[in-house]
Amino acid sequence: MKLHGPLLAIALAVGSATAAAANADVAHGEEVYNRCLACHALKTDRVGPRHCGLIGRRAGSVPGFAYSEAMKKSKLTWDEKTLDRFLQKPLKVVPGTAMTYDGVPDAKDRRDLIAYIKQANDGPECRK
Amino acid sequence: MSFFAMPTPVAARRLFLGRSGLVLSGAAVALLAGNEALAKKAGDGKAGDVQILNTALGAELEAIAAYQVGAESKLLQKPVLDLAVTFQGHHKEHADVLAKTIAKLGGKPVSAKAKYDFPVDQLKSQNDVLKFAAKLEQGAVSAYLGAVPLFGNRDLAKAAASILGDEAMHWAILRNALGEAPVPSAFMA
Repeated sequence: MKLHGPLLAIALAVGSATAAAANADVAHGEEVYNRCLACHALKTDRVGPRHCGLIGRRAGSVPGFAYSEAMKKSKLTWDEKTLDRFLQKPLKVVPGTAMTYDGVPDAKDRRDLIAYIKQANDGPECRK
Repeated sequence: MSFFAMPTPVAARRLFLGRSGLVLSGAAVALLAGNEALAKKAGDGKAGDVQILNTALGAELEAIAAYQVGAESKLLQKPVLDLAVTFQGHHKEHADVLAKTIAKLGGKPVSAKAKYDFPVDQLKSQNDVLKFAAKLEQGAVSAYLGAVPLFGNRDLAKAAASILGDEAMHWAILRNALGEAPVPSAFMA
């Protein structure tokens, strides 16, 4: 089967995303995650909400967590793409978020961080 | 001389502060809390600055609670216990100045939670407590680093940087206590 036009573009984009995920350095992502630990944990809500269950979760939806109105109204669902955008400049993507953090500027750091969160979400700590 | 070889934590702290010049930065924070003109200078960034300060305050209150868990765990031996209490005292000072500044800016400071959910089941030794505290302090340094460029008011950014410096020292000393390189890199992220 030959792919043309939009189909080819989609196939290339999916292939590119898959390749990027495959190249992610999860161990480095865990190091990057250390930046988050003043406010976040995998299993428990802290200043920020828990990260177990993050992938596929609607933003602002952890029961009982006191989100900003901005986050509750953001209509985001967390996946690789939305996380990458948000982590780059949180306040630009969700103005008014309580995550008053300038962001993770390096694309590789973000990719590895997201890969770590994804792996942790599928791992034993989040499955307990 | 190692900070842990100093006769008292206060002496260790004095040595560190004396060398780092952060006494002046600490004074800047204290001045900030009493500066009535600050609210007037906050201008358009006021709401954003209050949110930044409140997020920081929430993290400081959590750090105070975490050190309390460590101090009451009976896992910490002197002089580590004394140092942990000293560090907790710093976080209390940070929280106090942040809360006062938020109030001066017309905001409502967040309160400590009635209960914090820490991984106490994983704290079985002094090293476990130190590692937990070190992770929190490292995260705090990164959090302040990520907050500093966001402030509309440069005096607030300076004050946040002063707190950042203190928490970086906590992190370094905790790493040292764990036998790790106290300062693992030339830059923080």
